[in-house]
Amino acid sequence: MGKQSLITYDNTTLFERRPLHFDPNLRRNRLNLLFTSIAGIFAAIAVLPLLLVLFHVLMQGGRLISVNLFTQIPPPPGLDEGGIGNAIIGTILVTMIATLIAIPVGVGGGIYLSEYSSKGWFAKFVSFGNDILAGVPSIISGVFVYGIVVTTRIFFDQSYSAVAGGIALAVLMLPTVIKTTEEGLKLVPQELRWGAYGVGASKFVTVTRITLPSAFTPIATGVVLAIARAAGETAPLIFTALFSPFWQEDVLSPIATMSVLIFNFAIMPYEAQNELAWAASFILVLMILAANLLARWISRLARV
Amino acid sequence: MTSSLPSKNSVDSAVQDTCMSLQNVTISYGKFEAVKNVFMDIPRGKVTAFIGPSGCGKSTVLRGLNRMNDLIPGCQLKGRIVFDGHDLYDPKVDPVEVRRRIGMVFQKPNPFPKSIYENIAFGARINGFKGDMDELVERSLRKAAVWDECKDKLRESGFALSGGQQQRLCIARAIATEPEVILMDEPCSALDPISTLKIEETMHELKRSYTIIIVTHNMQQAVRVSDQTAFFNAEAVEGGTGKVGYLVEFNNTERIFNAPVQETTRDYVSGRFG
Amino acid sequence: MNSNQLIEADAFTLRRRPASEKLIDLGFKQLTLLLASAVAIVLLGIFLTVFQGAREAISSFGVNFLITSSWDPINEQYGALVAIYGTLVSSLLAIAIAVPLGVGTAIFITEDLIPNSMREAIGLMVELLAAIPSVVLGLWAIFVMEPAIRPALNLLHILLGWNPFFNTVPQGPGMAPAVLILVVMILPIITSISRDALNQVPMELRQGAYAVGTTRWGAIFSVIVPAAISAITGGVMLALGRAMGETMAVTMIIGNALNFDLSLLAPANTIASMLANQFGEADGIQVSALMYAALILMLLTFMVNVGAQLIVRRLSLRY
Repeated sequence: MGKQSLITYDNTTLFERRPLHFDPNLRRNRLNLLFTSIAGIFAAIAVLPLLLVLFHVLMQGGRLISVNLFTQIPPPPGLDEGGIGNAIIGTILVTMIATLIAIPVGVGGGIYLSEYSSKGWFAKFVSFGNDILAGVPSIISGVFVYGIVVTTRIFFDQSYSAVAGGIALAVLMLPTVIKTTEEGLKLVPQELRWGAYGVGASKFVTVTRITLPSAFTPIATGVVLAIARAAGETAPLIFTALFSPFWQEDVLSPIATMSVLIFNFAIMPYEAQNELAWAASFILVLMILAANLLARWISRLARV
Repeated sequence: MTSSLPSKNSVDSAVQDTCMSLQNVTISYGKFEAVKNVFMDIPRGKVTAFIGPSGCGKSTVLRGLNRMNDLIPGCQLKGRIVFDGHDLYDPKVDPVEVRRRIGMVFQKPNPFPKSIYENIAFGARINGFKGDMDELVERSLRKAAVWDECKDKLRESGFALSGGQQQRLCIARAIATEPEVILMDEPCSALDPISTLKIEETMHELKRSYTIIIVTHNMQQAVRVSDQTAFFNAEAVEGGTGKVGYLVEFNNTERIFNAPVQETTRDYVSGRFG
Repeated sequence: MNSNQLIEADAFTLRRRPASEKLIDLGFKQLTLLLASAVAIVLLGIFLTVFQGAREAISSFGVNFLITSSWDPINEQYGALVAIYGTLVSSLLAIAIAVPLGVGTAIFITEDLIPNSMREAIGLMVELLAAIPSVVLGLWAIFVMEPAIRPALNLLHILLGWNPFFNTVPQGPGMAPAVLILVVMILPIITSISRDALNQVPMELRQGAYAVGTTRWGAIFSVIVPAAISAITGGVMLALGRAMGETMAVTMIIGNALNFDLSLLAPANTIASMLANQFGEADGIQVSALMYAALILMLLTFMVNVGAQLIVRRLSLRY
């Protein structure tokens, strides 16, 4: 008792004091359990769509995989059989055109923002504009390219074309490539640049031989992810690349892509077309997941 | 303010009333032992200082005293820490309850992103405070010697204060919940000398009502504020990669600094290493 | 490209090496400046193209375009109320559902409630969900999700049919399934931005909360989430912008109605779906009317995105 009296505080009685034992029936502990359960249920709901979509795409699409799928073109409406060979090639072609445009422009712009801009108003404007461009709806980029390429027929008097589709996708890729390049370069330690200047390298040599190679991993990761995203885009292609039921002959005519094929065939009332849509989804999803895993693998490589 | 406190000056320092008792405490992070085999009886109503070189485990032990180490993944404690007749690491003990009775002030001031008033009231409210909140806020800020600087901006963000004021706000926050023990983990290391002095004065006030355990790098500070001092050191272990901390000596501060028993203690307090 | 310049610089100047090096340096800098300007040019180009295309419709229909709902190519009368209303309702409803789900998931995988490996697995799955193309989600929505939820929507109609928001019999595509597929699409954005924001809350702040004796959820609600709230809000705004502009999945499942209907169970339309559906086949003033609608969509997403950027940028000053 005497010992206890040594630590009586002036307002201890105003506080609830409990024994140290854990009491699961306490209101606060019950609430804790309740909220943890709610958060767990939310997390389960959040991963459920991925599992369901993957399951259905793999089941519905996987059973349709055959050689014909890759070597044939889609059948006319109402007929069976056929494949999506032209759309697979088209997706690869259009994505490549987009990549060829977006990577030089994006990496160059990223180099400017990270290495050359002196944080003036222009750099701020470009950086802010880049974030805004990243938020522009993908369909608007289609409208843009429709307006400047398709209706003006600036490419050899051709309207809808693979090139137009590629440009529309490039507009979507550009902000991602710029952002990852800028951030990748900013991660390069300043000492490395000083070291290069110290042995008398010019800025051009420093950037291209020292800084850029050291930032290769984050840039490559971002670029792979940007390509994967572009490959699945549909909205910018619907009225730029349009669609074609035939094998492609050149890059200046309308071209089939898997994503537009899925859109067109999903809403057709024919079973054969619907099945091709699932098959195309299967291939597209596999390609995109593979690209994502590749990006992860690249970034893990850097950590070692 | 002080008159409202019951007089405790009559406590006979010869009667060692133990507040917390560490019995063969070993703390490890994963496989790596940070500090081992600590035995210590921390007296009630006094200021106990933990001193020692970096990496000797003094902060780890301090965080073990109110189960703050629970928040660090992989951190494990063996042995017993007895407080109020309970082993704090008994599986039946609720760490939340432990922290309500053993408060803590950290190395870096960490006010909540709330108003100054709410910073104080928040802890009191969750501890089921039933009294006059305005009065509690004022009293806590006064005890922490920061009332004069805060009284006109109670509704402003805690970040509006200077570093030293923020740290005293954090002390006020800790004492507002009326804990029995206050742990302080190098509370002045991020502060300038004048703020440090003010916080030391605050500690002298607080010592009347609370048991205080303070980790400090600064030996003069240990001499100035503490009654008891524990000296920790670290030694390399055979076959291990790192060092393991251990308690070298625990005694009255005066003895530790003037007539230490161990030679390493003498070397350390005389500035020969560390 | 760079090697070209190198040769050019050498060929033109014939000076000693240091001089050509300077030229290369300068040339390279100007080149990157030019490439960086591409962003500004594209952004400006998008705005001007859309605005130019919309001018005819703006002068013919003016403000009436925003508040009338007739979309009549034969009589050349156009009003975008159905699509504007659909865009706002679908995106706001999706946000209302996705925010608690996303933030709750983010808390679940940042606050040490489950083992680390499970946290990473959930995080990975949410990120992969973001990688699934919109058009594939649309396909899934048409053939799997919509038939599966129709009984539930029917039940809603039976229970709440007296209410104008549920007074139609669900018969396939409509606003409700479109909202759900939008939730699926924006959930990853909200989750990953919230997760990053929560991870950036300093450890000291958590410790401070626990040290005054809060429970885990006490700390989450009163300290950790408030500290991360501006970044989370920024993420929610970005998601809202994304939801407004989302095209494919919505187009495939919303029903592309031309008539106004309050009911969430009836087919509806959004600006983006209208563009996707009609742009390829439109001509004359219909193209201009679609451009006008595109301009409205751009302005809406622009405002939301600028708001998001301002919020996110202001945040970095705090911590």
